[in-house]
Amino acid sequence: MKLTLKIWRQSGPNDKGQIVTYPIDNIEGNMSFLDMMDVLNEELIMKGDDPVAFDHDCREGICGMCSLFINGEAHGPDRAVTTCQLHMRKFSDGETIYIEPWRAKAFPVVKDLVVDRSAFDRVMAAGGFVSVNTSGNTVDANAIPISKINADKAFEAATCIGCGACVASCVNASAMLFVSAKVSQLALLPQGKVEATERVLNMVRTMDEEGFGNCTNTGACAVECPKEISLDNIARMNREYFKAMLTSE
Amino acid sequence: MSILDSKIPSGALSTKWSSYKDHIRLVNPANKRNIDIIVVGTGLAGGSASAALAELGYNVKAFCFQDSPRRAHSIAAQGGINAAKNYQGDGDSVFRLFYDTVKGGDYRAREANVYRLAEVSASIIDQCVAQGVPFAREYGGLLDNRSFGGSQVSRTFYAKGQTGQQLLLGAYSAMSRQIGKGKIQMYKRHEMLDLVIVDGKARGIIARNLVTGSLERFSAHAVVIASGGYGNVFYLSTNAMGSNVSAAWKIHKKGAFFANPCYTQIHPTCIPVSGDHQSKLTLMSESLRNDGRIWVPKNLEDSKAIREGRMKPTDITDENKDFFLERRYPAFGNLVPRDVASRAAKERCDAGFGVNATGEAVYLDFASAIERYGREKARMNHDGEASMDTIMELGAEVVKAKYGNLFQMYYKIVDQDPYKTPMMIYPAVHYTMGGVWVDYNLMTTITGCYATGEANFSDHGANRLGASALMQGLADGYFVLPYTIADYLADEIRTGKISTELPEFIQAEADVKEGIDRLMNIKGTKSVDYFHKRLGKIIWDKVGMSRDEAGLKWAIDEVQKLRAEFYSDVRIPGTVDSFNPELDKANRVCDFLELGELMAVDALNRTESCGGHFREESQTEEGEAKRNDKDFAYVAAWEYTGKPSEAILHKEQLVFEEIKLVERNYK
Repeated sequence: MKLTLKIWRQSGPNDKGQIVTYPIDNIEGNMSFLDMMDVLNEELIMKGDDPVAFDHDCREGICGMCSLFINGEAHGPDRAVTTCQLHMRKFSDGETIYIEPWRAKAFPVVKDLVVDRSAFDRVMAAGGFVSVNTSGNTVDANAIPISKINADKAFEAATCIGCGACVASCVNASAMLFVSAKVSQLALLPQGKVEATERVLNMVRTMDEEGFGNCTNTGACAVECPKEISLDNIARMNREYFKAMLTSE
Repeated sequence: MSILDSKIPSGALSTKWSSYKDHIRLVNPANKRNIDIIVVGTGLAGGSASAALAELGYNVKAFCFQDSPRRAHSIAAQGGINAAKNYQGDGDSVFRLFYDTVKGGDYRAREANVYRLAEVSASIIDQCVAQGVPFAREYGGLLDNRSFGGSQVSRTFYAKGQTGQQLLLGAYSAMSRQIGKGKIQMYKRHEMLDLVIVDGKARGIIARNLVTGSLERFSAHAVVIASGGYGNVFYLSTNAMGSNVSAAWKIHKKGAFFANPCYTQIHPTCIPVSGDHQSKLTLMSESLRNDGRIWVPKNLEDSKAIREGRMKPTDITDENKDFFLERRYPAFGNLVPRDVASRAAKERCDAGFGVNATGEAVYLDFASAIERYGREKARMNHDGEASMDTIMELGAEVVKAKYGNLFQMYYKIVDQDPYKTPMMIYPAVHYTMGGVWVDYNLMTTITGCYATGEANFSDHGANRLGASALMQGLADGYFVLPYTIADYLADEIRTGKISTELPEFIQAEADVKEGIDRLMNIKGTKSVDYFHKRLGKIIWDKVGMSRDEAGLKWAIDEVQKLRAEFYSDVRIPGTVDSFNPELDKANRVCDFLELGELMAVDALNRTESCGGHFREESQTEEGEAKRNDKDFAYVAAWEYTGKPSEAILHKEQLVFEEIKLVERNYK
């Protein structure tokens, strides 16, 4: 198929940036969106132009490195996929596709479609862990039974890949879905409960300091999330947060 | 006589590690604060090592080329992690895990290392659960297990089809805790481009900041390479796009021997290649072989009809299916080790039975599992009269709970519903058993330079069993290196800060700069990918699933020519001092172009077949791999001399005290 790509080009953080149009041909339905970007870049390199910078790595939907706001949606029109798993069969011949970076104050543009998501790492460093040292002497893994229901819910929350689609999709550029996924995972498990109070307070404080917006329950994050992280996690985090506010010293 | 000293401690195999740990030297807490350690890579091996070393009090400088340490490719491991917990009471033990691993590796691994791996495996599960890793559980609240290829017990712990992700995020969270405390300095979007050696000891690295393009110097008292495997030498593999051999290759060029590079694992269950523009291949977890049955049509006509779209797999009755693994290997059936399963699939496709347009695919069928689970569920629901439709629906739910994300991934990529029609699969490059040679302490032949995880060669011999990569990465990082590195660092407590203004650092940086400038100034006519794809094809065709003398010699020659062409005709756009992914790729492909040649050299030297290395010249009458223990029970460790084809071979003879070498039999 033949497509018209309208791609955000920005040479660096201080450049104003603009949309540039690229026609592209011979795209097949079984190519992934990033295979298509590779084809475009190969053409640009041969022409002596600067290829389009975009983040990607595993190309199987799990590392969370790829991003792209495609026709106004994080990871494009398909549901429950990352851009690397989006296939061109979801587009039709002759279509115009707008490709932009994640846009959020907390995610400054590095170049073109690449943004800096370090803010997520800093939120994690503020409390996204259980404070247990490596020893080989922790209790036996089966010493504390965990109800399958809670273990499964914790797992569902833990499948977040930290891609930032939730932030990019939110009108407030809120990181609530990302933060709540980690808070939920650990709050649901006995191992994480010990530090639950400090964790939620520290992670939420850091989230605010990083410049993410607040949550106004529009739910766009959960719709666009490639791992279908549920809004229930935000409710659970709010509960954890209020509990912590009331009980912390 | 070999100059390799594996430093295996004396004493009985089962007590080596514990008595060794009791006697090696320690570094006291006050001194640890004055010691810096560089860790390159933040996957399971590097992430766990960084976290554990920082917890102990060392100052860690960790490096990854991705935008966050959470993204390393360990994250893509699907099926599970082995541990000798014997929670199922099915006869597992440390010895059995050790035995299965050595046998699975076709008797080409070092006994002492493998025994230690099996020994610490149970602690890994305890540690991960303590970190909050949400492993799959049964209704009683205890941990669930599944079985994997090459073993007859259920010892694999898992988190749906995302075990690697959950373990890596566990290690990442442990790292995050130390980053928050300032004990780990995290250098993201940085790529190591050289090792700095001062007075014979590894003292630092030169890394390129991938955002600004600047070269930066980092010093430390020890350097740990945990940069993963080299599967991307094949271009198409299940590795991430950025996975590369550069850190390992740079230390090789500085004196670290590279061991068994010809041992690469071709994984039997990957989604087949669909077209020329494909940039990578996707794995379907081996755990699927617990429930999926592998087959091709019995009749050539049916295969042909399927390839031409005149027939569907669901049209073929069971009598006309050839479940070739069950037929050839009745004892292990669909759960034979990966090398065996891959070769069997290739054999059927080469004979013309392949089932997709390219003729390179076999089926992985879940229909009988869905039916079996459906009947079980119907019985539990007291629905003895359930219709076939209901049974299949109930069964599909059970299968979804086990493998839901894998089925969804398959559906998104192939656009076919694997609940209704069998998956198509074909072998693809997945893991590399070869790697940097290390001794029992995980130290390379460069003093103070260590290699862990997939980057080293030590534990899997000529073939890795499923669910053992995660085990090894975490064993090395959490439970082995933190002990063994102290024995070396005990001598470093008086060294003090190491200046990056030393002449060795200045020289190394200048060399790296010269190499990059050379690449940028070629200004040729072909992209980096053009060369990488051609390299991949040479290696896949001649150093892939089967190898022979003529093909290997041809490959050596071709890779040399391709390398020369690369250095005269590659085109890298952009500038040196900017965000330039094409330059990053070029830096990696340079090293693949050398490694590819060494792989062929190693494969040519090893005229036996073993594990993932199959030499056409060395097979039984039934077409099974034929080992030659008399001449090849050694580790081939190669010393760099400037040209890969002129590398010097050093042999570490493998001594088997506990295990008797026999023909590997899964029949």
